[in-house]
Amino acid sequence: MFNPSLSHEQKALRELARQFAQNEIVPIAAEADRSGEYPWELVEKAHAIGLINVTVPDEYGGGGLGHFEDCLVVEEIAAGCAGIASSFVTSSLGLTPLNIAATPEQMERFMKPLCAEPALAAFCLTEPGAGSDAASIRTIARRDGDFYILNGTKRFITNAGQASLYTVAATLDPTLRHRGFVVLLVPADAAGISLGKEEDKMGQRAASTREVVFEDVRVPVESRLGGEGAGFHLVMETLDKLRAEVAAMAVGVARAAMEAAVKYAKEREQFGQPIASFQGIQFKLADMAIKIEASRLLVWQAAWMADEDLRNGYESAIAKCFAADSAMQITTDAVQIFGGYGYIKEYPVEKYMRDAKLLQIYEGTSEIQRLVISRWLLK
Amino acid sequence: MNIVICVKQVPDTETKIKVKDGQVDHTETKYVVNPYDEYALEEGLRIKERLEEGKLTLMTIGPERAKDALKSGLAVGADEAIHLVDEAFEGSDPYSTALILSKALEKIDYDIVCCGKQGVDEDHAQVGIILAELLDVPHVSVVTKLEIAEDRKSIVAHREVEGGHEVVEATLPAIITAQKGLNEPRYASIKGIMAVKKKVIPEWNAEEIGVDKDMAGLGAAKMKFTEVTLPPERVGGNVFDDDPVQDAVKVAHLLRDEAKVL
Repeated sequence: MFNPSLSHEQKALRELARQFAQNEIVPIAAEADRSGEYPWELVEKAHAIGLINVTVPDEYGGGGLGHFEDCLVVEEIAAGCAGIASSFVTSSLGLTPLNIAATPEQMERFMKPLCAEPALAAFCLTEPGAGSDAASIRTIARRDGDFYILNGTKRFITNAGQASLYTVAATLDPTLRHRGFVVLLVPADAAGISLGKEEDKMGQRAASTREVVFEDVRVPVESRLGGEGAGFHLVMETLDKLRAEVAAMAVGVARAAMEAAVKYAKEREQFGQPIASFQGIQFKLADMAIKIEASRLLVWQAAWMADEDLRNGYESAIAKCFAADSAMQITTDAVQIFGGYGYIKEYPVEKYMRDAKLLQIYEGTSEIQRLVISRWLLK
Repeated sequence: MNIVICVKQVPDTETKIKVKDGQVDHTETKYVVNPYDEYALEEGLRIKERLEEGKLTLMTIGPERAKDALKSGLAVGADEAIHLVDEAFEGSDPYSTALILSKALEKIDYDIVCCGKQGVDEDHAQVGIILAELLDVPHVSVVTKLEIAEDRKSIVAHREVEGGHEVVEATLPAIITAQKGLNEPRYASIKGIMAVKKKVIPEWNAEEIGVDKDMAGLGAAKMKFTEVTLPPERVGGNVFDDDPVQDAVKVAHLLRDEAKVL
């Protein structure tokens, strides 16, 4: 049964993630944002206490918990820094296809070593010419005996350069579009992989985002996940399963922005009183809270459905679209409440606003989410 | 090696304290584990890890919510937890608290008992020490470093004193009270948190541990609080922003004649 009241363990888990975010992430978030350098020590610390690989089965070294618990963790990490959260969630994105379709042998060969130590995965779908039109990818996997020869370029890949494993969506034949998809597991040290420069992003700058180029990379057939041609369905199912976590990031960023705005509004005085006593500010804060509470419940519903193995394409699209669009609105209003100070990097809110924008773009743009939702309604 | 850690809940330091009818009003308070108890617990875990053996038992006195303190201790790696709970315990002063703990400790094996040096709610800093006296074992308080001897029969503890530190050797069993700086408490882990679900936390009441009604609770208190009030409202200060030389003279006079600090 969908139960929005948390158990003792779920509360403890959330509290742990919150402490970790406040003590380990917040103190370094501004600097990581400024420098764009990835703070690897956070991966080590998060791994030690189990804040990554939450949904990987226990027997392979993961937390063995559901997407619901993962969303509780992700919201807290994102309230610390959306860039860090994005890195962790994208690693899950790279591992979820294994959770769905890997054979026990593949789990032993890939999942176990990856979870045994601090390590990340990356999910390679987007290309320079294939964003929303995911089915138009041109990275080719040409069958050659017991191998696929992989050739192509992936763009905007989070964790590129840090990941030990690339989960790559390729095609056997671009003219087949989605029917030609294969998903291949490629270790980061495979010969023929090269990385583009670090993208100089508007926000979520702590995360590494780079191009990944595959040149005649040989991938054993045993490293293919699921069947030939079944890859598109696997990719879509992966995105469906992780979409609640992406929406949870939006809730985290929005919440951090709202909390900062509330605190500031109580302290800042103009016209002889705190600005929190003005209805204009009060209404803005209330609208933030309304959107955050609604977003969170949508996230929890979508996550619960993923855990129950119920098809949640509709619910997760609504959650992601609403939470991301809300986060953009909320972070923008937070900057507004801070006024001139909100525009200065010394104050945390402009970072929240820059971080929030990407949530409306990646993992399926808000426009694509609306298409998905309308298709459900119109079928 | 049997290690026992005494923990308790205190109001979260961010709580806004409310006073009602001369007493602290706890109806909306959020509780956390006493920070000094966390140092005690962490030290217990480190002792167990260093010795590569041992059992770590948590103990707390409190109402139902006190189980949360035990659960969070189990989540970082304690082996067992005992909840001492009885209406008769409520309102106990430090002496009675130590007495209740001593009766409970008489029922189990212990080699070392680690307490926090004080609770950050009432700051008595007495329970650990009275406990040692009641059990007739040595204690070292305000400990900032702890070593267990090879033969596991004694300890060497460093304690913080005014202007320096003291090194004290004590035979086991003994009690130590933990000071800030003893260690850096670890995070729980997700696995630890989930494993707590399977743990059974026994509840011991007054009768089971042999505490009579006249030995504990408000009635038995040797220390009585007559009144609790919030500090007086801060009155605004005076601002001097004319000529610096003249201001300095004015301030000097005020400091001597009114504040009487010169």
